[in-house]
Amino acid sequence: MTELIASVISRSIAASTPLLIGTLGEILAERAGVMNLGVEGMMAFGAVTGFAIALHTQSAWLGLLAAIFAGALLAFIHAVLTVKLRANQVVSGLALTTLGLGLSGLIGRKLIGKPLQAKFSGLDIPLLGDLPVIGKALFGHDILVYGTLLATVLLWLFLYRTKYGLAVRSAGENPLATETMSVDIVQLRMLFVVIGGAFAGAAGGYLSLAYIPAWIEGMTAGRGWIVVALTMFSLWDPLRALAGSLLFGGLFVGQYFLQPYGISPNLLMMLPYLATLAALVQGATASTTRGRSAPAALGIPYERGER
Amino acid sequence: MLTSKWRLEALSHPSSVRVGTTMVLSILAGLSLGCLLFLVMGVSPVTAMTKIAAGSFGSWYGFKETLTKAVPLTLIGAGLAICFRARIWNIGAEGQLLFGAVAATWVGLGVGQHLPGWLGIAAMFGAGAFAGGIWAAVPAFMRVRWGVNEAVSSLLLNYVAAEFVQFLIYGPWKGKTQFGFPYSDDLPNALWLPTFYGSRLSWFPLVLAGAAVVLLTVISTKTRFGYDVRVVGESPEAAAYAGIPFGRTVFSIMFLSGTLAGIAGAIEIAGVHHHLTYPWSISSGYGFTAILTAFLARLNPGWTWFSAILFGGLLVGGDVIQTSLGLPFATVNIFNGLVLIAILAGEFMIGHRLVRIQHPGDSR
Amino acid sequence: MLGISKRFGSVQANYLVNLSVTAGEVVGLLGENGAGKSTLMNILYGLHRPDAGAIFLDGVQIDVSSPAVARVYGIGMVHQHFMLVQNHTVAENIALALSDAPAWNPVPFARAKIEEFGGRYGLKIDPAARISDLSAGEQQRVELLKALMGGAKWLVLDEPTSVLTPREADELFILLKRMTGEGHGIIFISHKLDEVLAITDRVVVLRHGRPAGECRTKDADQASLARLMIGRQIDKPSITNLTVPGDPVLEVSGLSSAGSRGPLTVNGASLTVRGGEIVGIAGISGNGQRELLETIAGSRPASAGTIRLCGTDITCYDVRARTAAGLAFVPEDRLHTGTVPSFSLVENAILRDAHRELFSRHGFLDNAKARERSERLISEYEVAAPDSDTPLRTLSGGNIQKFLLGRELDAAPKLLLAAHPTYGVDIAAAAVIHRVILERKSAGAAILLVSEDLDELLALSDRIGVMFRGELRVMFPREKVTRERIGLLMGGAPATSEELRC
Repeated sequence: MTELIASVISRSIAASTPLLIGTLGEILAERAGVMNLGVEGMMAFGAVTGFAIALHTQSAWLGLLAAIFAGALLAFIHAVLTVKLRANQVVSGLALTTLGLGLSGLIGRKLIGKPLQAKFSGLDIPLLGDLPVIGKALFGHDILVYGTLLATVLLWLFLYRTKYGLAVRSAGENPLATETMSVDIVQLRMLFVVIGGAFAGAAGGYLSLAYIPAWIEGMTAGRGWIVVALTMFSLWDPLRALAGSLLFGGLFVGQYFLQPYGISPNLLMMLPYLATLAALVQGATASTTRGRSAPAALGIPYERGER
Repeated sequence: MLTSKWRLEALSHPSSVRVGTTMVLSILAGLSLGCLLFLVMGVSPVTAMTKIAAGSFGSWYGFKETLTKAVPLTLIGAGLAICFRARIWNIGAEGQLLFGAVAATWVGLGVGQHLPGWLGIAAMFGAGAFAGGIWAAVPAFMRVRWGVNEAVSSLLLNYVAAEFVQFLIYGPWKGKTQFGFPYSDDLPNALWLPTFYGSRLSWFPLVLAGAAVVLLTVISTKTRFGYDVRVVGESPEAAAYAGIPFGRTVFSIMFLSGTLAGIAGAIEIAGVHHHLTYPWSISSGYGFTAILTAFLARLNPGWTWFSAILFGGLLVGGDVIQTSLGLPFATVNIFNGLVLIAILAGEFMIGHRLVRIQHPGDSR
Repeated sequence: MLGISKRFGSVQANYLVNLSVTAGEVVGLLGENGAGKSTLMNILYGLHRPDAGAIFLDGVQIDVSSPAVARVYGIGMVHQHFMLVQNHTVAENIALALSDAPAWNPVPFARAKIEEFGGRYGLKIDPAARISDLSAGEQQRVELLKALMGGAKWLVLDEPTSVLTPREADELFILLKRMTGEGHGIIFISHKLDEVLAITDRVVVLRHGRPAGECRTKDADQASLARLMIGRQIDKPSITNLTVPGDPVLEVSGLSSAGSRGPLTVNGASLTVRGGEIVGIAGISGNGQRELLETIAGSRPASAGTIRLCGTDITCYDVRARTAAGLAFVPEDRLHTGTVPSFSLVENAILRDAHRELFSRHGFLDNAKARERSERLISEYEVAAPDSDTPLRTLSGGNIQKFLLGRELDAAPKLLLAAHPTYGVDIAAAAVIHRVILERKSAGAAILLVSEDLDELLALSDRIGVMFRGELRVMFPREKVTRERIGLLMGGAPATSEELRC
């Protein structure tokens, strides 16, 4: 029984990691004021690129780097469209999801079923890893999981304890006022959209290089959309994102444990998405009562005053 | 000494010539970029494009296939065009289509057995329409009641609908006559839509698509409801001031577009597949491609038929390159994505132009 | 600033304007709406580049290419619409403005500096307060602190008293005196003559973008300044016919409604407006006047109280029903609430009436009738527009307002609610608007007027009330009104029992 619990916790943490990575990136982009609905496509493109490079170079780290770059590349297109050309952010994001999914299908066509030697495997942490129950649950993960935890903390510190982080938050709330503080809104937004995409690519890389690890078509399975919802659910706060992604990771894992009870796997597969819907409602009602809400200028293209 | 600078100038009244040419150029740009990508990936773009063109438009059969695909795209696209005008982002057309397909199958395999052919078909379509509308009403409700972003909520419901269909075809509706394939039982022959010889195209859906285009164009330009929708899309504050009921308008428009998607689902069941099958076979990405269709038509229902034929051709092309070039179907999404990106960039060029201004140099 | 010229498209915003300031002096920049004051100051602050002319600091020519550069030169600006992030605290807003704030944990650093500066200039503000919780006067003080802490020696204040109560304005003037004592130079933009006379040492007047005159304040008076500003004497519109008010048209009793954040923005307001009468409501913007009109018009739900229109209880009516019952509303925000800027004039003409039988039968719009109305409005109200199909946003503010007003009055309403009808409108259009309002009054309509322009209220109203913190305090007949009393009531002074009985 304890073995089971340990296993569930361990798998949940692993499942939550790609969600968390993606959400951290999306939080950055949205805090700066831009909605990125292209996460799903960037994740897929990152996954396939990471896998391909890792296969080719036999280096998991190079694969991860490639995945990050891939996500950032697609996000750059999104940034140019929405920040420079002031296009509709929803549509642009969708276009990039479509493109990303298509690209991943094209690139991945020869990679299906190939085994990967160069992947991120669970670490063997001495002492801590040997603890009963907790050892397996918490200390056997690959390095990316711990890296993500670190990133969460760093991101929180960045947003709330640095001047630049303050500028990012202001840009999403009141870009006009922020611009009078000599902050280049266009540059800032473009930068953070690209960074957000880099995170999305990294999340995809995690899927294909550590979580599965393999390339399967459609392996993102809508995780990108859950990321978008999680961003709202976590009220744009990295620490809440950690909690939220653990919750959802648990859901992804939980459905496998309920299967032996005779419930159709398809009905169980609905759970993560239905739960996300519930989370969205919760987030929406919470934001109005708590006074904490979306960055005020989120989704609105910024028209710079004439120079 | 004269120095010249380029400056971006906003146009308040772009001419239709400008709009048309930019749109065409954008499509071509998107397609070309896609070809470039193919080249990079080691697939000959010439081969691919010729195969696509031949497959979609080069033969009678191909063209009928294109039309078969253009019909649901037109139906859904026209509804989305109006929806998007109100800035209500219904991304859930896939799920609404599937739900409509489910309802149509339910009627077809149940009540429909006992009704005369045309009545049964009418019942199927009615059920499909209603089911699609209901599936769209959920995100509409969430938006009106709680302010939940309808793009994300309708999207998530796509996945829920897909799982539901799979649940049915592997479970309670698993066909007894399908040799173990995960399909539902076939519909009785009386409920199969009559098709043109040698194709999957039938006249009834064509009529429906045409009617939808006309109906929605009239609604958006000539009715008060269309006016209300446009006001809501341009300025919610003005809508409140004008007394336009936001909730009711949002609900109506989502329900309407959901209905059209549901009808498309019924068409797929009654006219193409004749049984419930894998969700991605039924919807073939129609829900998403319809979004592109609506945008290419510049959110004008009257033009959706045109962009639907274009994208229908691309979808047929996707089948073609899958079978003859061994590429996964998803690759057609590359073209879809690039064309949409090109259209977005083109929109900017429609509204702005580069102007050269001469400055007397600074004489300090 | 010497010889500054700037053109925006077809509008010459500034032409050969000169302005100079010395340390320790307050210079008033006077001119009516659209005279080019803001443009000139935006050039000084680096938001625009002049087409011609130059800026000199201590005799040396400087090139102000951006607000950052302006701040380096010691030029600070307090805009009319505050550049503050509402959801953040005072310290967070100021931290961004301090160039010497550390990259790590800048907020406590800002907090300390705020206390220090606050003491020096006597500006008390709580660094941990959220901007959205502060009053307009307090927010303005944050803006001033921001500018001062950013190292500004030269301060530009753009219409600073437009959001202040008379008492807060006095406090501001004291503050300005302190600042000039510390060696700062101040440019005070305004269109209010009495303030300019009170606070400035010199006055520069702009008219239609050109310099119209300059003088020492002690040599000027209201009349001379007005002449420079407009080129002629201001004629106060006279109330030519004192109509006898008829039956009550609007009766509001105990009306309350909540704002978007929860607390009541209108609290137990009661008033009556009779036919042929204009009732004005004075008050600093943000005290509930806007919400009061919205609640009466129906775009905001009432949480308590009743509204009667010509005897019928319309409290539960929706917007359309109220419009049908004879209620017209010219809202405060003409561009995004009162009209849809991207729509054509024809489409805007029926914004409030599209559902009426006149314009739509069986759900279909009657475009011909809509066009008819649009053309009629254009000619009757002297709206300068090429044709009915032009997008409304291409029109000037005054023309949009005339069109809006005309549309609301087209159905001969019994009650007209008007919020700031001449705000940001050129003088000619404002005169037309006032004339039309008075004509309607003579025709027997009841008019409820909200305005920040006391002159406008005093000129038009038969009775004046004052709103403060959501409560409609008093109602005076015009003869009993004095400016000082109104000013005090606007600032929150309690009403005497005598006034309450009016």
